[in-house]
Amino acid sequence: MAQTRALGEPILSMDEISLSFGGVKALTDISLHVREHEILAIIGPNGAGKSSLLNVINGVYHPNRGSVTYKGETRAQMRPHVAASQGIARTFQNIALFKGMSVLDNIMTGRTLKMHAGFFWQCLYYGKALNEEIEHRHKVEEIIDFLQIESIRKTLVGRLPYGLQKRVELGRALAAEPDLLLLDEPMAGMNIEEKEDMSRFVLDVNDEFGTTIVLIEHDMGVVMDLSDRVIVLDYGRKIGDGTPDEVRNNKEVIDAYLGVSS
Amino acid sequence: MFYREAGQFKTSYTADQAAFPIAQDRIFIAIWLFIGFVAVPLLSNEYLFRAIFIPFLILALAALGLNLLVGYCGQVSLGTGAFMAVGAYAAYNFWTRIPGLNPLVAFMLAGGVATIVGILFGIPSLRIKGFYLAVATLAAQFFLDWVFSRIGWFTNYTPSGSIAVPPVELFGFAFASPVSKYLLCLTILVLFAVVAKNIVRGRIGRSWMATRDMDVAAEIIGIRPMYAKLSAFAVSSFFIGVAGALWGFVHLESWEPLAFDINRSFSILFMVIIGGLGSIMGAFLGAAFITVLPLFLNQLPTWIGIEVSTAMISHIEFMIFGALIIFFLAVEPLGMARMWRIGKEKLRLWPFPY
Repeated sequence: MAQTRALGEPILSMDEISLSFGGVKALTDISLHVREHEILAIIGPNGAGKSSLLNVINGVYHPNRGSVTYKGETRAQMRPHVAASQGIARTFQNIALFKGMSVLDNIMTGRTLKMHAGFFWQCLYYGKALNEEIEHRHKVEEIIDFLQIESIRKTLVGRLPYGLQKRVELGRALAAEPDLLLLDEPMAGMNIEEKEDMSRFVLDVNDEFGTTIVLIEHDMGVVMDLSDRVIVLDYGRKIGDGTPDEVRNNKEVIDAYLGVSS
Repeated sequence: MFYREAGQFKTSYTADQAAFPIAQDRIFIAIWLFIGFVAVPLLSNEYLFRAIFIPFLILALAALGLNLLVGYCGQVSLGTGAFMAVGAYAAYNFWTRIPGLNPLVAFMLAGGVATIVGILFGIPSLRIKGFYLAVATLAAQFFLDWVFSRIGWFTNYTPSGSIAVPPVELFGFAFASPVSKYLLCLTILVLFAVVAKNIVRGRIGRSWMATRDMDVAAEIIGIRPMYAKLSAFAVSSFFIGVAGALWGFVHLESWEPLAFDINRSFSILFMVIIGGLGSIMGAFLGAAFITVLPLFLNQLPTWIGIEVSTAMISHIEFMIFGALIIFFLAVEPLGMARMWRIGKEKLRLWPFPY
């Protein structure tokens, strides 16, 4: 893939992060940088700690040791709502949409932090509250347009097929206009066509909005094509970090995960 | 073919986000308002008002409040009766201790007190969920029952522990006749229903539903579970508190703590479940089902001319009532509101097969 985008300074750095659950060490001394505007892929076998790493980044898990520096601010741990208000959004490995709400409401919920109309106006659904709803509806419609899900905007997400649900979940994350987008296996369980669509969306998000993206993915074809840089985890340790080509030829990574390529 | 949105084009998001975007729905609501405000007062008699319509309206208000909490925010509560009691006793105390206080203001203040108590008993919801939370709110029920029957201050030291109030008087007009009481309750209910509808389709409602459907994801979006859950407890308790005040002042006029016991909590929870969780309409349907059906079953033998002893009737009433609840839940676990929605979807095509 041609490198057209200039990669900026690190937006997020993790320093010597360790996380354990009782006796199980999920992450051991992980240090990494995520640079602005890049697409960083995290790969590794099952149980390597990939999802735990994302959970540390947006504060669902609190690391036992180490620190996270985000936008120049160093913290021992993140809190989910702080992460959200600082522009970190994510999707989940097992879809975590709000099943009883329509596609539109799900994506609108993604903008919760940007809405401030007071309780009084909310009760009346008038004045400030109404203006705010309309203003954010415009933004949400842009996202719906971008993801090409216009026809299903009023459908309950529980009724949608899997591939579309994944797309709606991406939409909900985009609604927050994040600076850093964490995607946990965005293409798991999809067929080739859906994967191609999703890959295009990921690239477009990165291109058009300049969003930094960290993604976990098992499909090596997708990972190697999409990402600017790849980090490999195994048993909670970082065993590889570099461009797709470097990682592909790394002896340790081949042994642990990729296997011998033909 | 009679109920469909074909041909109704919306040219603004305001129109698309209206409470009832489809014209047929607006007509339907208008018909109901007409029935409620004009037809019923003209056609029914005193007994119907006292036995059916007034209790229905007040319990619908309580069910609406509980539905905001259970149906929209997913927090199960068995303390409804207690929060109604808080509303009733708070209204009584404001009304007796502040001479000349407008009863409507007393009702709103009572709602405010219920809000505070609701938030206090909602705090366990931050740590526990589901059945365990239900048990924690049950504690509110027992504790508040005890408070109102044991601590004399709340009943103004009446020796019997029961409270009697004169008819509500607003701006020189006494709401003594059943029709006027009915209209008072109906007006309050309609206003509260509009507020409920507005809240649930806005930001606060979405944050409640997000917390209900997937709390981890909601938190990652930036919805703080504490605010979402406690605001749901607060708004819900306000509704229930006002309903309690109305139940005492308008419906019963004299009551003792037993009026707000655990049975009240259960019956309102049943209304919400049978009517449909997460639906404003559901609160009305459920309240109608639970208040009207027992009376209907009670009268049925006399209407069709079967001689049955009164004791027998009340036993049969319980049995049929229970069986119907089970039947409804088995046929449609998501409640009557869901049946209503399915009916509407069928009506889009009817009478054509597709």
